[in-house]
Amino acid sequence: MSSPIISVAQNPRQTDPSGAPQGSPVQQDVGPEAPKSAVRQFLMSRSSGKAADTTFSAIMLMCALSIFAIVLFILFILIARSKLSLSQFGFKFFTRSAWDPVSGDFGAFSFIYGTLATSLLALLVAVPLALGVAVFLTELCPQKLRAPISFVTELLAAIPSIVYGLWALFVLVPIMRDQLGPVLTKYFGWTHLFNGYNFGLNLLSASIILAVMILPIISSIARDIMLAVPISQREGVLALGATRWEMIRMGVLRNARIGIVGAIILGLGRALGETMAVTMVIGNHPEIPKSLFSPGYTLASVIANEFSEATGDVYLSALIEIGLALFLVTIVVNVIARALVWAVTRGAPARAH
Amino acid sequence: MPTNPFHTPPPPQDFAATDPPVQQRSRRVRLNRMRRHLWNHVVTGLAVLSTVIVIAPLVAILAYLIYKGASSLNLAFFTHIPAPVGELGGGMANAIVGSGMILAVASVLGIPVGIGAGVYLAEFGRGGWLAAAIRFTADVLNGVPSIVMGIAIYSLIVMRQKHFSALAGGVALAIMMVPTITRTTEEMLATVPHAIREAAYGLGVPRWRTVLSVTLKTASPGIITGCMLAFARVAGETAPLLFTAFGNQFWSLRLNQPIAALPLQIYVYAISPYDEWHRLAWGGSLVLIVLIMVSVTLVRIYANRGVLKGAS
Repeated sequence: MSSPIISVAQNPRQTDPSGAPQGSPVQQDVGPEAPKSAVRQFLMSRSSGKAADTTFSAIMLMCALSIFAIVLFILFILIARSKLSLSQFGFKFFTRSAWDPVSGDFGAFSFIYGTLATSLLALLVAVPLALGVAVFLTELCPQKLRAPISFVTELLAAIPSIVYGLWALFVLVPIMRDQLGPVLTKYFGWTHLFNGYNFGLNLLSASIILAVMILPIISSIARDIMLAVPISQREGVLALGATRWEMIRMGVLRNARIGIVGAIILGLGRALGETMAVTMVIGNHPEIPKSLFSPGYTLASVIANEFSEATGDVYLSALIEIGLALFLVTIVVNVIARALVWAVTRGAPARAH
Repeated sequence: MPTNPFHTPPPPQDFAATDPPVQQRSRRVRLNRMRRHLWNHVVTGLAVLSTVIVIAPLVAILAYLIYKGASSLNLAFFTHIPAPVGELGGGMANAIVGSGMILAVASVLGIPVGIGAGVYLAEFGRGGWLAAAIRFTADVLNGVPSIVMGIAIYSLIVMRQKHFSALAGGVALAIMMVPTITRTTEEMLATVPHAIREAAYGLGVPRWRTVLSVTLKTASPGIITGCMLAFARVAGETAPLLFTAFGNQFWSLRLNQPIAALPLQIYVYAISPYDEWHRLAWGGSLVLIVLIMVSVTLVRIYANRGVLKGAS
């Protein structure tokens, strides 16, 4: 494949038998008596011609447009396959909590409730910790520790969902059932959040493992955004006599707040669609949970659990409609988040993990 | 600084004379100062504490995984297919091979498309509205839940074929790889100095050759990094494989048939009631995580060495 470049350079020698000084191809091209070699003509007509460039850029454009195509195709096929359920239940599908495959009566409200409850609870746990890590890494951390700690948080993002699920199922759930659960009931029972029988497979376990999973995403994006705040802002606030915390609050967090909100929403998007780990510990019970100790069900986990054994077209179509809802919600959430993050970092890519 | 005869410097101000001495400062000012400094220390402590809390689960998960996983790994794990329920022994050889095949299909389909899209964004569409829209769509696609990819591919391929297949699993993972690869490729190409491209044009090299053998080649370490990151990300994905590759208890090397995959097998074993299967699930997780950690760490070392050393 390296021949074109070399032959272009070698051409003058072939076309100039008079032994004139080399390296003056311009002169030779101009001269009427210098015939173009067959090789050069071939090159001119084929590879360096406009056709090759156009073809190449068209192929690259096709690759790029395929990204649009993928999103549109997912949307189209999900709508097409959920038509049955869309026409049968209409919008009420999302406000009813009936889920009865036997009689063919479907409503997704309890799954929406479960998804929102676990995601928001996970955010409640993860956001303060993630911001703490981001502040520590950008403002307080000794230079030597910075790289290792960032590396560790990135590793946390690289652990697959299934491994988190396995750990949660065999370590977190027993702890929740035998140690943490009774303590919470004893001291916080008055809030009515921790009532009911506690199997360990419940909303709280799912939220905790979800929080661990979205932490690295939020903290790494928040860190990137805080690093994007100009150093002069910090110096300005410090010069006015602020303590370090006041500098962080007024100089950094206030400037980065839009981007931080974006990072949090991005974490929310991840939490809404998280499947395996949640499915393994949430208990999978299609009822609106009454306390944090009740088992629940999320949009993603009902698909994971019931899709391959769904009998009947309406059942399958209802599950695909849940997928469609999940797709649309995460698209909206991600668009908002990306727009906010982009507004701060000016198009510099925000790392997703 | 030249002296200005028309400018008389202000007389030096004696702050000590005008400000009240330190002892006489009001109590409020002192309290305020104490409060501010106390608060400063409290928040610093909280930030350190949260970092420790975040690192703790990683250490806990890894330690427990190594403890449980290492004790269940043996030669049979890598050479045998799963034993029937109730029998001891057995391994995950078919799942490891199956995962490899699915990932190979995903890489073959996803990497060229991803790199192509990245090349378009960085070389041809730079600054245009189309490139911005594609970039945004890629970022959004990155956030679409993997389970949705699973049911979309199920609807497209499995429903038509009427059976699960390794190919469908590969396609689902390929779609998940594309946005990550696109964005890193674009990022890396953007760091290639423009002078290198101009040098190639100056030699009469056509544009497509410049992109292929000059720009892409210069940025190749970074692009390989991106591909490995995408690979590591989809290697542990379970949700898209649930209804595409489906899993298989037996040997299968055919792309057109259901095939076992490591994450799927871990899931099935983890939620089963048998201790022997739990043991295999831990072993499988350890193998999976070692695979992913090694590739991520390699990427990290590679990236730290300076992706474009000597290029500028």
